[in-house]
Amino acid sequence: MNDALDVTLRLLIVFVVFLTFPLLVGQTEHKVMAHMQGRLGPMYAGGFHGWAQLVADGVKFAQKEDVVPAGADRRIFQLAPAVALLPYLLVLLAIPIGPGEGAVGEVVDAGIFFVLAVMGVGVLGSLMAGWASANKFSLLGGLRTAAQLLAYELPMLLTAASVAMAAGTVSLVGILDAFEWWWLPWQIVGAIVFFVAGLAELQRPPFDMPVADSEIIFGAYTEYTGLRFALFLLAEYAGIVVLCGLTAVLFLGGWHGPWGADGLGWVWTLLKTAVLAFIVIWLRVTYPRLREDQLQKLSWTLLVPLSLAQIALTGIVKVVIQ
Amino acid sequence: MSEQTVVVAADAYDVVVSADYFQSYSVVGLLAVVGVLFVAVAFGAGRLLRPVVPTPEKLLTYECGVDPVGEGWAHTQVRYYVYAFLYVIFAIDSIFLFPWATVFAAPGYGATTLVEMFVFLGFLAVGLLYAYKKGVLAWT
Repeated sequence: MNDALDVTLRLLIVFVVFLTFPLLVGQTEHKVMAHMQGRLGPMYAGGFHGWAQLVADGVKFAQKEDVVPAGADRRIFQLAPAVALLPYLLVLLAIPIGPGEGAVGEVVDAGIFFVLAVMGVGVLGSLMAGWASANKFSLLGGLRTAAQLLAYELPMLLTAASVAMAAGTVSLVGILDAFEWWWLPWQIVGAIVFFVAGLAELQRPPFDMPVADSEIIFGAYTEYTGLRFALFLLAEYAGIVVLCGLTAVLFLGGWHGPWGADGLGWVWTLLKTAVLAFIVIWLRVTYPRLREDQLQKLSWTLLVPLSLAQIALTGIVKVVIQ
Repeated sequence: MSEQTVVVAADAYDVVVSADYFQSYSVVGLLAVVGVLFVAVAFGAGRLLRPVVPTPEKLLTYECGVDPVGEGWAHTQVRYYVYAFLYVIFAIDSIFLFPWATVFAAPGYGATTLVEMFVFLGFLAVGLLYAYKKGVLAWT
């Protein structure tokens, strides 16, 4: 009975985090972008600095008519947002935010494996949407999404493997238990490659060629309206939370902090995640979109060789210090 | 006698491990159910809240406001099928890194596994270099 209560509570917390954190990132994005670009941003909804803008957006999305184009593959078209969104919910369960069993949704032994595999499923939602819309823009967007997944999944896998080598385990909790501060410079190349590849997988600027709104009108999401479009947006922001959380856990030491009481590990995790999320927003404002061929080139001729080099470095250092 | 005890202990260990294994993935499964319920409730509530006023024009495929030409599943040139091959080869290779990563630095392996690693990386690097030389890493 106690176990059941425990599990219920954990699931509830993960679910609430899944619903609120992406919105926090979204609201931060509104405000940070506005400040960086010297414009006002949302200021009216709710009174104080437009805090209720996302609530208003939600109400608007819920009221909009749900249009499924006559030419579309109806079932697949309607299911796609769910396929894009739900993997991120599952990944959140496995990310530890503090030391011990108490501060992780559920300890999954093959943590890295599970997390990377499930994250890959999310892209399937975009592919389904792109194909099922029967729209030329969507088809282009879907194909570009596929190309991007092919290019960037690999450096992500390789750099994650580098961390697994350093820690000698594939469990996320185990990696954090083994973490030491000198890993930061040791794994820094891997960290950057992982983060960049993750951004590309989320199709965030500057890697947003598949959704380029000014060019192919949001690519795979062209035909979506209302709630289903909102779920795609939520998936994007949930993806940011997951990517930043994972980068913090794998490369930045997660709950380890330079100072502070033992009980405050989760604060460090959240802080690192928040800083990374800020960087994601910052990159969106700073860099122009990469062209499709540049996207592929960046991955195959820079990120993949770099991650191979990182693996070599990890291997040598690890064997030498043994 | 002691041998039996060991066997029994090993059995108990196996049982514990597999119990943990099933427990962690059944929690994942439960969360998946929660997620599916969430989406179902959201879609159901959306159906109740939103207007439904379809017109033929609204259901047309969007093509910048003009009538769509041909059908949506148009012929497109998939420019990256060689990338796809490369990806499949590389990704499967890199999956094998994970189990190896957990043991390669264990006592008694050391230098041997390191040499193995360089053989592995060498294969990948040569493959990548070959693809690069052949010009398939350029978008055509």
